[in-house]
Amino acid sequence: MVPKDLRYTSEHEWIRVENGIGTVGITSYAQEQLGDIVFVELPEVGREVKKMEGVAVVESVKAASDIYTPVSGKIVEVNEDLNSSPNLINEDPYGKGWLFKIELSKPEELEELLSAEEYERLITEG
Amino acid sequence: MSEKLIFELGKSGRKGVSIPEDELKELKVEEILDKRLLREEDPSLPEVSEIEVIRHYTRLSQLNFCVDTHFYPLGSCTMKYNPRIAEKLASLKGFSTLHPYEPEELVQGALKIMFELGKFLCEIGGFDAITLQPSAGAHGELTGLLLIRAYHEHKGKKRTKVIIPDSAHGTNPASCTLAGYRAVEIKSGKDGCIDIDRLRGELDEETAAVMITNPNTLGLFEEKIAEIAELTHSVGALLYGDGANLNALMGISRPGDMGFDVLHFNLHKTFAAPHGGGGPGSGPVAVKKELEPFLPVPVIVERDGKYHLDYDRPLSIGKVKTFYGNFSVMIKAYIYIRMMGAEGLKRVSENAVLSARYVINKLKEVYDLPYDKPPMHEGVLSGKKFKEYGVKTLDIAKRLLDYGFHPPTIYFPLIVEEAIMIEPTETETKETLDAFIEAMLKIAKEAKENPQLLKEAPHTTPVRRLDEVKAAKEPILRWKKDKGES
Repeated sequence: MVPKDLRYTSEHEWIRVENGIGTVGITSYAQEQLGDIVFVELPEVGREVKKMEGVAVVESVKAASDIYTPVSGKIVEVNEDLNSSPNLINEDPYGKGWLFKIELSKPEELEELLSAEEYERLITEG
Repeated sequence: MSEKLIFELGKSGRKGVSIPEDELKELKVEEILDKRLLREEDPSLPEVSEIEVIRHYTRLSQLNFCVDTHFYPLGSCTMKYNPRIAEKLASLKGFSTLHPYEPEELVQGALKIMFELGKFLCEIGGFDAITLQPSAGAHGELTGLLLIRAYHEHKGKKRTKVIIPDSAHGTNPASCTLAGYRAVEIKSGKDGCIDIDRLRGELDEETAAVMITNPNTLGLFEEKIAEIAELTHSVGALLYGDGANLNALMGISRPGDMGFDVLHFNLHKTFAAPHGGGGPGSGPVAVKKELEPFLPVPVIVERDGKYHLDYDRPLSIGKVKTFYGNFSVMIKAYIYIRMMGAEGLKRVSENAVLSARYVINKLKEVYDLPYDKPPMHEGVLSGKKFKEYGVKTLDIAKRLLDYGFHPPTIYFPLIVEEAIMIEPTETETKETLDAFIEAMLKIAKEAKENPQLLKEAPHTTPVRRLDEVKAAKEPILRWKKDKGES
């Protein structure tokens, strides 16, 4: 199920924004497609990034995939737990499996992202 | 039962051979070498008898799962039988003891083989000139892209990108990046082939090349290839052909005639060299004459009935491999082409396509065929309908091992969900294909009735299901004495 309260990219990232800080992860559909995740390369805290820039890498037993930031801004925190337990992404993609937090520099970019309905259509119709 | 490592066999002090006593006056190593160069304890070598060694390695060889023992329908890899005679002839002393620095006049036979092989490959592919140097497919890709780069730069145009469909082999975008280009991916059309409008949308003056496999990785022939070539050339870009799937085309259709400007061959797939196990392979790159000046040196040329290594090529991209490439693989390819002849090669491709269509046709009702067209030499099924039973393509693949078949390629191409990519090749009998089909149908039934059986498979192999996550996260790459038991 695709959570209704998040915004999505066509590259299968989600973002949840609270008080100007966005939490980013990959969708349940993405983790299912990737299979068991074995390694995560996280961005440096403090790094300024632009919307849809490749900022992290998720590696599974099947493939390595770039993770793009849905919005521009500054990375303020990364999920250190993933270094030892990358499988958190498989187990709880919308919760404990979050990847990084970003301070939005252009909050208006959120409007350009997909809604839950639009994302659900993307993954069911391909 | 799994076989122990050679280090875990034997007993302390046991020896395989007794070395005669040294008749020379004994020299103490401590007197010759500085103390800091000496090891503090003896090296940890296996201490085993000769028969233990023989049995250990014989048993290991029997555990091999290979083309010589089993059907191996690994899609995109063309794991066909390679005739032994090619191996035997390539190991003749006249070939195997050659030195690469021998003067040209003493190695005319070897040069002739390379020269004629190049001619044959150009004829099969529809090209004007060739280099035999690259040592495998991806190396051929890089060489081909560097030739394209040299061509554009010589014309004074610096182009920056290469367009690749999303069904491409993963090596394609990697080779582009290595060659200094940006790989631009275009989504395939609903029919699994290149989407002409999307291609047109990306083609511009910055495009150095369009990189295509034909038949593509879905095993489908790009029917609009002539239009694709025309569009590509209309912006001054070149068309690169990934020749990985040449086994479908020989003697029937030539990439050069389709409009490709550059093509790499995989001699270790189609032309009688064993594939896998670390090589060596060979990935010759053939080109149209506009690109000939840029070929790696030396180029083998014929003048007045003599063969020469021509280094006088001022526009050459330079060498891409030590000496002249993997010579023994070239000999096998030469022998194979001479043995088969033009008619024989055509029959190879016809039978490769026939085998694939037979297998896919028999399986497509039970497994899905997402791009439902008759495939060429390989076809891509999907295992997605078994997900409702908790069974993934991976489980189906592992279960096939219990039936004595190597699994097909899985989860590739990426555009097919739960992909199962089957390439039977032309060297298998109908009985083998039927046995494989029967196993696949049985597994489909098991998936519904007893999914646990699949999820725990394989049950009969020396090693059972491996923990892939643990293997990726905590790989044990080397045996250590103190951890030997783990």
